[in-house]
Amino acid sequence: MGVGIQVNQLNAWFGNTHAVRDIQMDIPANHATAIIGPSGCGKSTFVRCLNRMHETIPNARVQGTVKVGDTHVYGNGTSAVEIRRRVGMVFQKPNPFPTMSVYDNVAAGLKLNGYRNRRELDEIVERSLRQAALWDEVKDSLKKKSGASLSGGQQQRLCIARALAVEPEVMLMDEPASALDPISTSKIEDLIFELKQNYTIVIVTHNMQQAARVAEFTAFFLIGNLIEFDKTEKIFTNPSDKRTEDYITGRFG
Amino acid sequence: MMLKKYWWRSFKDKLVVGLAAGATVVVLLPLGAIFGYLVYRGIGSLNWNFLTQIPKPPGETGGGMANAIAGSGLILLIASLIGVPMGIGTGVYLAEFGKKRFGYLIRFTADVLNGVPSIVIGIVAYSLVVIYQKHFSALAGGVALGIMMVPIISRATEEMLLMVPQSLREAAWGLGIPQWRTTLSITLRTASSGIITAVMLSFARVAGETAPLLFTAFGNMYWSRSINQPTAALPLQIFNYAISPFDDEHRQAWAGALILIVLIVVSMSLVRMVASRGVFKGGN
Amino acid sequence: MLKQMNGPLLKTKFQPAPEVSSPEDQAAEVSRRKTALTSSPFADAAFRYLMLGCALSVLAIVVLIVRELIIRSTLSLHAFGLKFFFRQAWDPVNGDFGALPFIYGTLVSSFLALLLAVPLSVGVATFTTELCPRKLRSLLSYMVELLAAIPSVIYGLWGIFVLVPILRLYVEPFLAKYFGWTGLFGGPQFGLGMLGAGVILAIMIIPVITSITREVMSAVPTAQREGVLAIGATRWEMIRVGVLRNARTGIMGAIILGLGRALGETMAVTMLIGNRPEIAKSLFAPGYTLASVIANEFSEAADDLYLSALVEIGLALFVITLLVNIVAQLMVWSITRGNAARATA
Repeated sequence: MGVGIQVNQLNAWFGNTHAVRDIQMDIPANHATAIIGPSGCGKSTFVRCLNRMHETIPNARVQGTVKVGDTHVYGNGTSAVEIRRRVGMVFQKPNPFPTMSVYDNVAAGLKLNGYRNRRELDEIVERSLRQAALWDEVKDSLKKKSGASLSGGQQQRLCIARALAVEPEVMLMDEPASALDPISTSKIEDLIFELKQNYTIVIVTHNMQQAARVAEFTAFFLIGNLIEFDKTEKIFTNPSDKRTEDYITGRFG
Repeated sequence: MMLKKYWWRSFKDKLVVGLAAGATVVVLLPLGAIFGYLVYRGIGSLNWNFLTQIPKPPGETGGGMANAIAGSGLILLIASLIGVPMGIGTGVYLAEFGKKRFGYLIRFTADVLNGVPSIVIGIVAYSLVVIYQKHFSALAGGVALGIMMVPIISRATEEMLLMVPQSLREAAWGLGIPQWRTTLSITLRTASSGIITAVMLSFARVAGETAPLLFTAFGNMYWSRSINQPTAALPLQIFNYAISPFDDEHRQAWAGALILIVLIVVSMSLVRMVASRGVFKGGN
Repeated sequence: MLKQMNGPLLKTKFQPAPEVSSPEDQAAEVSRRKTALTSSPFADAAFRYLMLGCALSVLAIVVLIVRELIIRSTLSLHAFGLKFFFRQAWDPVNGDFGALPFIYGTLVSSFLALLLAVPLSVGVATFTTELCPRKLRSLLSYMVELLAAIPSVIYGLWGIFVLVPILRLYVEPFLAKYFGWTGLFGGPQFGLGMLGAGVILAIMIIPVITSITREVMSAVPTAQREGVLAIGATRWEMIRVGVLRNARTGIMGAIILGLGRALGETMAVTMLIGNRPEIAKSLFAPGYTLASVIANEFSEAADDLYLSALVEIGLALFVITLLVNIVAQLMVWSITRGNAARATA
């Protein structure tokens, strides 16, 4: 089951660039929340603060609090390793491990956590691949095909399966379909529909139609600030802020 | 789900950091030790005598390595007459003309040449020069070192030339300047500081080579009158003194080694300085 | 905005520059341009062929190397055939030559060097690429580069007077006491010998292995590193799964290049290995390598057969290092794709 995310006074910097400013947000559990906004508005940076990936960049800084369920993400006792397991991430460009088979890709996170039992691994790998709607396409060549030999859409679903295998509660998706063709894109969107029953999804997208299709809630970001956060329906039909309306109607971005 | 193993993973993580840092320390220790020892054992013997006198007969104390230092200079000069033009020419060819199969073949061959053990190059120089002259010579030593310089200079020249933006060449061609003129006056000029550093680097590399000189230049306790005589060289002299039974000669070996390493480090630092100022200083 | 684009710009027409020169000037101009155009094909061709000549000379040098090596070793090749490399004789007085002890010495010293150098090199590469603070990175890599610049004869000098006493007084007794049961650490402890040669070789090949390993590790894309971190991995796990694993072919190549260097190393080994053409089990025993025997005995080789045998050893050394280097280059290229790219500024 997914958990909610509470973001409180979140700020983030790249060196001297203030990329994310004073974000206050409650992301509801078991729903899909879309983050939209023009290029460079800080949406990717914001999302990467949720699983502590932002700090892997040199000269990066974060201030504020993020709570995933009951856990303080930036708390003193919390390990980044554990947060990243619980808050999974799928990147814009699929990045399966090229030296590993499909099976090993999905099992990678499990093996890191000490899973050795063959049967257990087989079970979880199958379950994850099914959840990612990839099982039927790869079940006959799990160990023979390398992760990189799949098509773009399949690679992305493999990355989703890989993230799902370690049983996260939240799935962060940074423009997961922008590098894919329309058919793969719609497969991914169907997937999100299925997944949100069991996970909390946060999806960054520059495609507003996608946000409308997939997410119940939408947040509009502009130059590092959260301008408006509401039900998707309201954002797209009757936004409260003029800037949101300008973006929606295509005045800029 | 998996918290129970975390402390172990965290421990392994810290352990690896420690081991990697430790490896770095272990690796850099000999560096400090060698430089330190060179200074410690060599500095006392570096005096005017050492730099201006030739060796005394074995067993006698005193004397210096003047002929060896001069000999090294002479051999390097001969080597550069052979190695620099061929090296730069090859580099120019590879950068400006050699794209496809043939270019790959040349590049590959240059890499092969680079990997040939220096003592084998010495054998070849012996075979080409010493056997016909029927004596050892600085010429033979120069041939050996020159051959070694070619791939070093070629590879670096090619890299420097490839860094010159294509738009520069195209601007020249657009003005009606022919290809050969463009390459000489524009492209090479632009990359000149980089190429000079490449040549200096190759000097630093071959100046310390002993093996190819063992049976080409052979060494000499006295001054050589011409390039067609056996000639002393700094690394050769260091080697001979190091394995000799006399303590005084050991002392001199350290002094000679100190001179050699200072020359190499100075030229390497010069290279770094010139390189960091930017490749495109020349021709602006 | 669209309205503005249809404005003044489209209304003006492009006008050619007005003529200013007289017909004579124009003719001179045309002929001048023609001369530039017609003379350049010759000069261009000449230049190109000159450069080609330089490039071909590289080929010529390698051909010459092979030719000279083969010609000068024919005497020995005929006398002993291929069995030369499996015989254990080395008797210049009676004209009996066999290269087995040298092959043994070369292989053992080189592999011992690899054994010591590889873990250290990978450790240093990992530390400087992934783990150490950014500011230290260039300093540390410069220091490792400095190690590479030290000439072999200076390593040998330091080895004789510093390393050998350390081995003789501390290391070898220690090894004999606690690991003597392996049979590898028996016999008199001179300090000079296979172990000394192996250690100095290790120090000498570490810079090579380290710098190439750093190169291939840096070539692994950030996306791979992030992919491993994102499923919940520690930094070491990220390095192991995301970097080392992806770079493993290149790292193998680096190691083999290091082997190639070790095989051809002459001076430092000659000064430390003891120069005795024998095959012994103990690492304390003196040995002899292919390069060392040439270094020591070539200038003294009085008769043609002796010289020819030494050249044949040189030929073998050439072939071995050639094969090893080719294999290594192929592996490294597969990761970093070799050549510099042309700048398109």
